[in-house]
Amino acid sequence: MNLILDFPAILERWPLFLDGAWLTLQLALIATLLGGVIGVVGAMGRRSSNAVLSRICTIYVEGIRNTPLLVQIFLVYFGLASLGLKFSAFTVAAAALTINVGAYTTEIIRAGFDAVPRGQIEAAEGLALSRAQIYWNVILWPGIEKVYPALTSQFVLLMLASSVTSQISAEELTAVANYVQSDTYRAFETYILVAIVYVILSLIMRAGFWALGLVIFPRRRRLGTPL
Amino acid sequence: MDTNGAVVSARDVHKSFGPLKVLDGIDFEVQRGEVMVIIGRSGSGKSTALRCLDRFETIDEGEIIVCGHHVSDPNIDLRALRQDVGIVFQSYNLFPHLTVEENIILAPCSVKRASKTAAKEQAKRVLAQVGLEEKLHYYPEQLSGGQQQRAAIARSLAMQPKVMLFDEVTSALDPELTGEVLKVIEALAADGMTMVMVTHEMGFAKGIADQVLFMHRGKVHESGPATILTSPTTPELAQFVGKEL
Repeated sequence: MNLILDFPAILERWPLFLDGAWLTLQLALIATLLGGVIGVVGAMGRRSSNAVLSRICTIYVEGIRNTPLLVQIFLVYFGLASLGLKFSAFTVAAAALTINVGAYTTEIIRAGFDAVPRGQIEAAEGLALSRAQIYWNVILWPGIEKVYPALTSQFVLLMLASSVTSQISAEELTAVANYVQSDTYRAFETYILVAIVYVILSLIMRAGFWALGLVIFPRRRRLGTPL
Repeated sequence: MDTNGAVVSARDVHKSFGPLKVLDGIDFEVQRGEVMVIIGRSGSGKSTALRCLDRFETIDEGEIIVCGHHVSDPNIDLRALRQDVGIVFQSYNLFPHLTVEENIILAPCSVKRASKTAAKEQAKRVLAQVGLEEKLHYYPEQLSGGQQQRAAIARSLAMQPKVMLFDEVTSALDPELTGEVLKVIEALAADGMTMVMVTHEMGFAKGIADQVLFMHRGKVHESGPATILTSPTTPELAQFVGKEL
């Protein structure tokens, strides 16, 4: 047993890691925002009485949930390339992650919408609210509130999974690590450091979602009930 | 269509759930300011009859007119109907993520495009009407069942309905809380609100009903003034109210 850890050699490259972490966070934020929107629209689509629309959404969700993320990333990457479209690795990574997380959030948000009791909707109908008003006031926010913890976990998972986009040379955190370790031959130290940075990013995201929850669910804030 | 000035009229209403005939030719009329109480055993079709008035159930045959709206017409403007009709349910159905005030102003603001200030003023008025003015900023989960039900009544009143429907609104409450809700309904009746209610509170029905409908196996088995509860003419109603003929 002769373990020698040499951190200074990799720590002196901290600006690289910082850039990588920032890019990872950007990927996560973009995919969370767009994926969240897709999730809401997709959940409404799956619940729609329009059979074609509902079927399309189901195919999307099941297609994504039953294939590996890395394969999806390659499909977007090589698919766009074969159409003659040139995008940066970052754009392709953001697009692939958005498509991926959109499917998972569709399913989570659908569960939230379905959990809104029928009586709530009847009460709203009885008050003459329109369908759009009912969706916005009675289904959307309470539905999301019910699944908020699952939803935020999914977004944190997505941030961690974004490490896979290093495979198409998006310059995120893991790609930086791959480069640094091949440059310094200090692989173990590099990945220890990177793992710590991922933990910090996760904590940042969780804190962010906690704060966001207080803003968008005022009842939780005022009654002090945890999400 | 001539409805003799009735606010609610149902004529030969039929309704089946699959092979089960729930309403088998129902007729009734409710005049302005009248209180009609529907009673009957579970499964007799009383809740279905009430829900048909607000088109929460569609009927197979017959005709229902409520506040001039042809409810049985498939092309009915549902939202116009429901602006004229208030409905209160057994399970309150307050929106849990909104305060009492937000629950009350939601429909006036979004349906009637009332200003927030006006709607909030009105929220105070209707809450005073149900004796809950101090609960304006409470969330439903902070209220007792009786208070939630009164808030739900206030929420309906804020839309200034021409007729109120009550679907077993005290069935989930203990006797004490039932009392406070019934008091509110009594006050509404005294104010001249037209009401149709399904209830199991016989004592209350006796006191408040201008008209009682006893439903049995999907038909109006016996109907008349509240006195039919004390002197029923059919053995079924007699048994239901626990009287010997």
